[in-house]
Amino acid sequence: MFGIYLKRELGRRKKAALVIALGLALGIALVITVNSVSAGMTQAQDKVLKSLYGLGTDMTVTKARTAPASGSSGGPNFKFDAKSSSSSTQSSDRVQTQGGQALKSSLVTKVAGQKGVESAVGALSLDVTKVDGSFTQGKAKSSSGSSTSGSTSGQGQPGGSSSSGGAPQVQGGGANFNVNSYSVVGVDVAHQGLGPLSTMKITTGRTFTSAQTGAKAAVVSKSYAKEKKYKVGSTFKISGTKFTVIGIATPDSGESDTDVFVPLKVAQALGDAKNQVTTIYVKATDSQQISAVKKEITANISGTTVTTSADLASTVSGSLSTASSLATSVGKWLSIAVLAAAFLVAALLTSSAVSRRVREFGTLKALGWPSRNVTRQVVGESMVNGLIGGALGIALGVGAAYAVTAISPKLTAQLGNTGGGGAGGGPGGGPGRQASQNTLEIALSAPVSLTTIALAVGLAVTGGLIAGAMGGWRASRMRPADALRSVA
Amino acid sequence: MYRLTGVTKRYTRGKETVEALRGVDLTIEDGDQLVIQGPTGGGKSTLLQMIGGLDRPTEGSVELDGVDLARISETKLTRLRAEKIGIIFQSFNLIPTLTAQENVETALVPLGVKPAERRERAAEALRSVGLGERLTHAPSELSGGQQQRVAIARALVKKPKVLLADEPTGNLDEGTRDDIMALLEGLWHEYGLTFVMVTHDSSIARRAPRLATIKAGRITLTEQGGGQRYAHAQQAAAHSTQPQQAAAHTAAQPQQAAHGRQPYVEQQYGGGQGH
Repeated sequence: MFGIYLKRELGRRKKAALVIALGLALGIALVITVNSVSAGMTQAQDKVLKSLYGLGTDMTVTKARTAPASGSSGGPNFKFDAKSSSSSTQSSDRVQTQGGQALKSSLVTKVAGQKGVESAVGALSLDVTKVDGSFTQGKAKSSSGSSTSGSTSGQGQPGGSSSSGGAPQVQGGGANFNVNSYSVVGVDVAHQGLGPLSTMKITTGRTFTSAQTGAKAAVVSKSYAKEKKYKVGSTFKISGTKFTVIGIATPDSGESDTDVFVPLKVAQALGDAKNQVTTIYVKATDSQQISAVKKEITANISGTTVTTSADLASTVSGSLSTASSLATSVGKWLSIAVLAAAFLVAALLTSSAVSRRVREFGTLKALGWPSRNVTRQVVGESMVNGLIGGALGIALGVGAAYAVTAISPKLTAQLGNTGGGGAGGGPGGGPGRQASQNTLEIALSAPVSLTTIALAVGLAVTGGLIAGAMGGWRASRMRPADALRSVA
Repeated sequence: MYRLTGVTKRYTRGKETVEALRGVDLTIEDGDQLVIQGPTGGGKSTLLQMIGGLDRPTEGSVELDGVDLARISETKLTRLRAEKIGIIFQSFNLIPTLTAQENVETALVPLGVKPAERRERAAEALRSVGLGERLTHAPSELSGGQQQRVAIARALVKKPKVLLADEPTGNLDEGTRDDIMALLEGLWHEYGLTFVMVTHDSSIARRAPRLATIKAGRITLTEQGGGQRYAHAQQAAAHSTQPQQAAAHTAAQPQQAAHGRQPYVEQQYGGGQGH
C-alpha cells in the first residue's frame, strides 16, 4: 500500500511535487557547479605552480638576494666595433645569469644530501639580450656647395647639424638596431625528470640524451620556435656558439617561461658561470614533510632561499586568484544560502501540503493506521521529491559544469616575485618581458567528481528528510478526530 | 456492548473552556441501532468521537465489551479502531488520489492483510455495495452517492463490530440519501452491527428504533420501537447487491415509516441524572 499510495500521490500532485523538487534541484545544481568550478580553480592553480616548478618538484632553492655591489652590475654593456665601414651590420649578445645571482653547483649535492630530500637537480637560467643592427658613420663634407641632409631615416644624426662656418661637417651618421632578449636554461641532461624540462612535452624531435652534457644542442619552446621559425635541424647562435635545434617542446600548461633549453654545462660556459646554478629543484621523500625539509635546508645551507609550492601559491595573483577566492568564498556562501532556502521552501511546502491533507491523514488514523504508517507515507513522499530534485539538480549542475568546461573561460595568473621583489636590482634586459614571463593564461575547467555527485545525492536525501521530518511531524500530531473536520 | 458512564468532554479554546459533553450515561447493546440528533454544536460529533475511540473523554469511561477506551494506550486504541470500528463520514473522506478499490484496501492495511487478499476483499466489498464495475475509478470520477458507497465498503470490509456514521447522507440529494440509508440499514441487519449514526435529517431520525437527542452536552433518549420499518430494510438489504432495485424499494419508504410510527416513549438518561 505504501508504494501504491506514494505513486498515486506523486502522480496526481505532480505540480506540487515538481515545485519542491525544482527548489531542491536549484540548490543542488548550484552546489555541484560551485564545487566543480572550485575544483577547476584548484587544478588551474596547481597547473600554474607545476608549470613553474615541474611535476614532482616540491621546492626550489635559490640564492638569497643580496644588495648589488654599487656599479658592478649596472646596465648591460654592449661592445660594437666602431671602426667598420659605413652601413655594416653588427650583432652582439649579452648573456647574464638570471637575476645575476647564482649558487655553486656543489650545493646541489649538498641539498640532495639533506634529510627528507629524495633528489635535487640544478639548473642555470640565463637571460640573453641580443642587439643587432647597422651602424652608419657620419660623413665629413666640405662647406662649399649647398648642404643637404644626409639621412632621411630620422634617426640619430650625431654630427648632422649644419653651420654656416667653413669647417667640415659630419652628416648622416646613425644606427638602426634591434634588441631581442630571450631566456636560456641549462638543464641537467642526466636528470630530466625533475627540473624545468619536466613540465614540457616534446612535440617534435627529441630531448637530450643523458650523454649530451656538452652537446651544442637545444630544445626550444614551441612559441619561440614559431616566432623564430625554427624547426628541428635549424641552427642559431648564442654569443657566437652555434646550436642545433633537436626538439621542440610545449609546456603542459600556459606559456613557457623558457625559450631555449641547452645542457647545463653548455649554459654554464655561455653565461661564464662555471660550476654555477641559479635554481636547485628539490623533490622531498614525503610530500607531507615539505615544511620540515624547507627548515632543514634553510638551516644547513646558508645564503639560500627555499620556496615551496605553498609559498608560491600565495603569490599567485591575477584573475585566477580573484576567481578562485570568489569561488571559494562567495560561491560557497551563495550555494549554502540557496541550499538552505531550498531546504526551507521544501520543508514549508511539504508541511503546508500536509496541513491541507489534515482530513486525509485524520481519516487514515480513524481507520486505525498507526501514526508511524502515516508519518512514513509523508516522509516517503518527500524523500522521493528530494531524490527527483537531486536527479534534476545533478543533471542541471553537471550540465552547468560541462558548459563551463566547454566555454573554458581564460584566466590569467601572475606569479609574484618570490625572491624579495625588485630589491636585488634585476638585470636590465627588459622589464616588460620579465613581467610577461610570470603571467600564465589558464583555461578554466569544471571537473565534476564522484565526490561531488555523492555530496549532491546526500544533499537531496537530507533535503527530503528535512522536509519529510517537518511534514511527518505535523502528520503525526494529527488526531483521528480530525477526520470529522468539516473543512474540505 | 457499549457502556458510557459520566462522559464529560471539555475543550479549551484560549481562556475559554467549552463543555461539549456533560456527564453522559449511555448503554448500547450489541446489534442495536442508535441515532443521535441535536442542534449544531450540541455535542453530537463529540459523542460519536468518544464512541469511535477517536478522542478520549475528559472525565468518565467509555467501555466497549468491558475495555475502557478512555484508559487504554494509544497503540491499543488504534488497533481497536482498526479491528472493531467502521466509520462513515459526511464528506466521504476518501483518499482523492487512490482508486475506489485502493481506498477500501486502506482499511485492511493496519490489520496486516496480505496485498492479494486485500485486493480481493476490497473488490468483494465494492461489489456488495453495487460498485463492482467501478474498482479502478478515482473518487473524482464517482458521484456523491457512489463515493459514499465506497466509504461504506471501506468501513465494512474489515467486518467490524461497530459501524459509526457521521451525517452519512448530509452531502447527498434526497434520492441518493434514501439509497444509502436503505443500504446501511440492510447491511446493519445483515452483519448484526452495532450501528450509531449522527444525523440532522429528522426523517431518518424518525425511522430509528432508538433516538438520542443531544442539547448543550446533555443526552435525552427516546425509544421509538417499531420493528416493521426494518422488515422493509431487510428487503432492501436482500437487494443490496442491486442498488438500483434497492433504491426503487426505498423511495416510498419515508411515508410508510411516518404512517407506521408509534407514540414516543420518552425517557430521560444521562444528562438528567446526577452522578
